Amino acid sequence: MKIHEYQAKELFRQAGVPVPRGVLAVTPDEAAAAYAELGGELAVVKAQIHAGGRGKGGGVKLVRSADEAREAAAAMIGAPLITPQTGPEGQVVKRVLVEAGTDIAHEYYAGITVDRACGRPTLMVSTEGGMDIEKVAAETPEKILTEALDPEIGLRSYQARRLAYSLGLPGGSIRAAAGVMQAMGRLFLATDASLMEINPLVLDNAGEIIALDAKMNFDDNALFRHPEIVELRDRDEEDAREAEAEEAGLNYIALDGSIGCMVNGAGLAMGTMDTIQLAGGKPANFLDVGGGATAEQVTAAFKIILSDPHVEAILVNIFGGIMKCDVIAEGILAAAKEVDISVPLVVRLEGTNVERGRDLLEGSGIDIITASDLADAAAKAVEAAGAEA
Amino acid sequence: MSILVDKDTRVLTQGMTGKTGMFHTRQAIEYGTKVVAGVTPNKGGGTELGVPLFDTVAEAVSETGANASVIYVPPPFAADAILEAAGAGVPLVVCITEGIPVVDMMRVMRELERSDTRLVGPNCPGVITPGECKIGIMPGYIHRHGKVGVLSRSGTLTYEAVWQLTTLGLGQSTCVGIGGDPVAGTDFIDVLALFQADPDTDAVVMIGEIGGTAEEQAAEYIRDHMTKPVAGFIAGITAPPGKRMGHAGAIISGGSGTAQDKIAALVEAGVTMAETPAGIGAAMAEALQEAGMMARASE
Repeated sequence: MKIHEYQAKELFRQAGVPVPRGVLAVTPDEAAAAYAELGGELAVVKAQIHAGGRGKGGGVKLVRSADEAREAAAAMIGAPLITPQTGPEGQVVKRVLVEAGTDIAHEYYAGITVDRACGRPTLMVSTEGGMDIEKVAAETPEKILTEALDPEIGLRSYQARRLAYSLGLPGGSIRAAAGVMQAMGRLFLATDASLMEINPLVLDNAGEIIALDAKMNFDDNALFRHPEIVELRDRDEEDAREAEAEEAGLNYIALDGSIGCMVNGAGLAMGTMDTIQLAGGKPANFLDVGGGATAEQVTAAFKIILSDPHVEAILVNIFGGIMKCDVIAEGILAAAKEVDISVPLVVRLEGTNVERGRDLLEGSGIDIITASDLADAAAKAVEAAGAEA
Repeated sequence: MSILVDKDTRVLTQGMTGKTGMFHTRQAIEYGTKVVAGVTPNKGGGTELGVPLFDTVAEAVSETGANASVIYVPPPFAADAILEAAGAGVPLVVCITEGIPVVDMMRVMRELERSDTRLVGPNCPGVITPGECKIGIMPGYIHRHGKVGVLSRSGTLTYEAVWQLTTLGLGQSTCVGIGGDPVAGTDFIDVLALFQADPDTDAVVMIGEIGGTAEEQAAEYIRDHMTKPVAGFIAGITAPPGKRMGHAGAIISGGSGTAQDKIAALVEAGVTMAETPAGIGAAMAEALQEAGMMARASE
């Protein structure tokens, strides 16, 4: 789960990571009032959407008067912001964060993510702040310094000091920087975060360390014990079909192809997408109905797939283990009664109760293209989608 | 022969009296697995499916001599269940539970560093030695006893591969699902080493997916240490970056973890790669034929 910058900064503030003074605004007038409230000459108006790369899309503006703040907010609020991470339609901005300007001496990068190789969260810092950190990692990996966190204790003092000294910070700022890094580690573990990024983390001309930006993602599997994080969820930022699928207990990811997929198991779902592509088609989605789906869930899955206007054929690929083929067949029949399956439907069933499943489908009178194996199913789906287009 | 489990393995089920635990324990017993105990707090002293129940793993182990545990405990309590089994000295713990918080697993792995217990999973289908012992949720009937070792990060994709092998007459020595989570117990290299050392495993099928660098590390191991033929498949060549494809661990992030990188590393290590999951069985047959071992493996 993702949250907005202003929400992450509030968590930072509570955890002891300094952030600029800021006020949230949902109208241009509120933005002007926020400028006045901050009281300084320089302020920044920042569009609040989940996607990154906002500066490149015009979502971050420096302002020097209440009028400029109002104008900047008026240009952002209600309009779609297109960044390298939003896709071509962009994401509509609902609110802006107005922050006091910072007198920057140097920009750094600091982030925490789980390093799978060692099974620990790892804090990474770099002197190349404000840059695309993935590019830094690829081109000049020696400029990224790391320390692994102990999952019980977090980042130890000496680890934080080592990183602070390695960044070449002035002596008077070492303690503050080390403190910020340790606070980041504590917050990461306490909230079950999966990603934390400050880009840039700045040293200002007074020697203070300040998080100018803030990004946090959380482990979905741990949300059950963090009601305070769940409250920060913004459904408007999420794909509507993905959210609907989650409600139904399905795992759905929207893609941009024309063949809708319904598969049991994440690995087989990915493998089915790969097979479609090799057969010359493009998958419209990833959809894992899970190990124990009910007929209701299968119906919900059909509705979600069919609500995507780009879908020109549907491929159902089930390898019944725990999931029984007759249950899937009943789901298909129930779905066909409730929704108009307006595109060709290719079904491949294998595994537990496969004969019962096939009999149910054959006896139903629904127009189904049956496939003998996965390769056959993909070829038939691609052909059917091509015929529709 | 086989790895990890065989006909003498004595299995206890943690979370046995829940719906999932009961269903799969019944299936395991029907398959012929020696299920000797069930553990559910406050159900000790009772019996289910003819299996005695205990309140704690320690008690179950001392009363029944169980030497493997399978966990069907819900996610909030699963990490504790793993540590309980390790604390009771169970040498093999297979955790089926999906959805355990990553931080919990990091803490578990830190504890297991000081223990001799081997953890398989979590979020995995389990381990099966066909005809001898089934620990987990895989359908038993698709398997056939034989000489091909199978290891995989994905559940249903393993069934797909096993079914193709069985259809081609290629039986399996042991099939191990290591699970789709970012932090897990047993990794590819652990299982590859076991298969390499097992006299009755002739060849190996390895199935990976996007995310992390475990497949690249496995490729290095295969190149340097494996003499047996290996066939492979990597799922997710069409997966977009930044999206979690079902499994918590299946995500391309920061430009790393792509299927292309993994496939290239495995090909370089001499692994016969299938382009799609539909070709996994054929890729194994091809690798065996090249090694002149097809007749032996399909006995």
